[in-house]
Amino acid sequence: MIGIEVIGISKNFKDIKAVCDVSFSIDTGEIVGFLGPNGAGKTTTMRILTTYLKPDKGTAKIKGFDIIDDSKEVRKRIGYVPENAALYEEMSVIEYLEFVCSLRGISNNQRKERIKNVIDRCGLEEAIQKFVGELSKGYRQRLCLAQALIHNPEILIFDEPTHGLDPKQIIEIRGLIKEIGREKTIILSTHIMQEVTACCSRVIIINRGEILATGRPDELSAQIYGGRVINVILTKETPTEIQFEFEKIASVKNVIKKEHIDGWLYEIVSEKDIETRRAIFEIVRSKNATLLELTAKKREFEDIFLEIINGQSDPSERKNSTEDRENT
Amino acid sequence: MRNSLIIAKRELMLFFNSIVAYIFLFVFLGFSYWFFFRGFFYYAQAEILEMFNVLPWSFFVFIPAITMRAFAEEKRSGTIEILMTYPVTECEFVFGKFLAVVIFIGITLILTLPLFGMICYLGDVDEGRILCGYFGSLLLGASYASLGLFASSLTKNQAVAFILGLIFCFVFMIIGEDIVRVTLKGKLQEVLYETGLIRRFDSMKRGVIDSRDIVFYFSFIGFFYYLTFRQMTKSE
Repeated sequence: MIGIEVIGISKNFKDIKAVCDVSFSIDTGEIVGFLGPNGAGKTTTMRILTTYLKPDKGTAKIKGFDIIDDSKEVRKRIGYVPENAALYEEMSVIEYLEFVCSLRGISNNQRKERIKNVIDRCGLEEAIQKFVGELSKGYRQRLCLAQALIHNPEILIFDEPTHGLDPKQIIEIRGLIKEIGREKTIILSTHIMQEVTACCSRVIIINRGEILATGRPDELSAQIYGGRVINVILTKETPTEIQFEFEKIASVKNVIKKEHIDGWLYEIVSEKDIETRRAIFEIVRSKNATLLELTAKKREFEDIFLEIINGQSDPSERKNSTEDRENT
Repeated sequence: MRNSLIIAKRELMLFFNSIVAYIFLFVFLGFSYWFFFRGFFYYAQAEILEMFNVLPWSFFVFIPAITMRAFAEEKRSGTIEILMTYPVTECEFVFGKFLAVVIFIGITLILTLPLFGMICYLGDVDEGRILCGYFGSLLLGASYASLGLFASSLTKNQAVAFILGLIFCFVFMIIGEDIVRVTLKGKLQEVLYETGLIRRFDSMKRGVIDSRDIVFYFSFIGFFYYLTFRQMTKSE
């Protein structure tokens, strides 16, 4: 069942196109990363999904409810953690959670149990009597998470949930998101690649208000590079024809020769890993070349992201254009 | 309505958790009591009119100070972003803020009731006239509150909201005054005369309840409530 369905939303702020004809859908139970550099349109999209902003064009449905026509129903079903955990500083943690419970319509007899539940879950025990203004950034973020979870929503929308946290807090919050993600639909906007690889089953890459790619991180990698990359470093004395020998290997798709500090670096794109490495080793031995390094390079998601953002085009288009170039 | 009451409760809690409310109460009551006793001993009459005379001017300063943070601070700090993802409509949100300010004004007026009690004890008082004056004061305060809240919805800066609130209140205070009226002519003169807040309060503080005045105050409040609501939905 579809949890979130975004249908061609666009939003402009005066002359600036923040989001341009964005469409995607997220199934129930998925954790999807909404990845893009700063100013890509992530926060605007998140705010539209929460009904805080109205799109200029298009619409979105949350659990089948339209964000424009049924905004109150949508609001009942979502929990939102904004980029900056802006909370009422003059209230104590417990007062704040009680205030949220009242606005969420949680009955008095359920209230105590719900508050206890989110306090335990978000690790807020030590802070309950403190005023929000006295809390550290990490605790504020936890409180923000607690207010988003208190009514047990079906959909959670996180906008840069680890923004401004220290590494320990980041790991804790990510762990919490993964735990919540076992039973909820989550959309998480971030510009941090590790966050996506750590938490998300699928990623949507956005830049300049447009969706550039969507899929699992490994799928995107395969789309962009057309396979694995094996790095081979040989000494300067290596005969040049060795490159043609590498290209003759059945599983090899492409070989790029680059100058390297120790000799020559051959970047070999291959469909297979172990078999190709074995064949490369045999060629090097038969040519009496000196092998300095032979590594199967695992492309980091960061590389994929940068490749897509720098190209500002769809991976499939990129692949086609590469093929076109090769054909010419 | 339920959500408006929750928001109003939070706002009142916020007022009384901060020193601003106490400063306001202290200075406002100080003013009111001072002007009452000054006239009281001078005229030696069981009369509260002196306090009502100064009320529009003390409201003019203090109500924009109370309303300035209502929306400006929510927008500046970003708390509105979370609040507007709860099942609360913009209308309920604005009404909750308005209700809180009106309740606060009501509390300040209640705290002047000992003066009323005292003159009732000391002399023969027309209670109906004085209660009418209190009712007029509440309507005048609510009108100032609607102006102050509208000013707060226009900006993220509390200081700007305060100054705008002062300007709005001042304009609507003086436009019914004779000195302004004589400088204008024709239809404009008539319209401005009708929209002056003090002119209508003047008759209520003397015990005259005219349904036109009540309708005017409610329409005035409703109009600025609507503008605030529009401004809040627009800024989202």
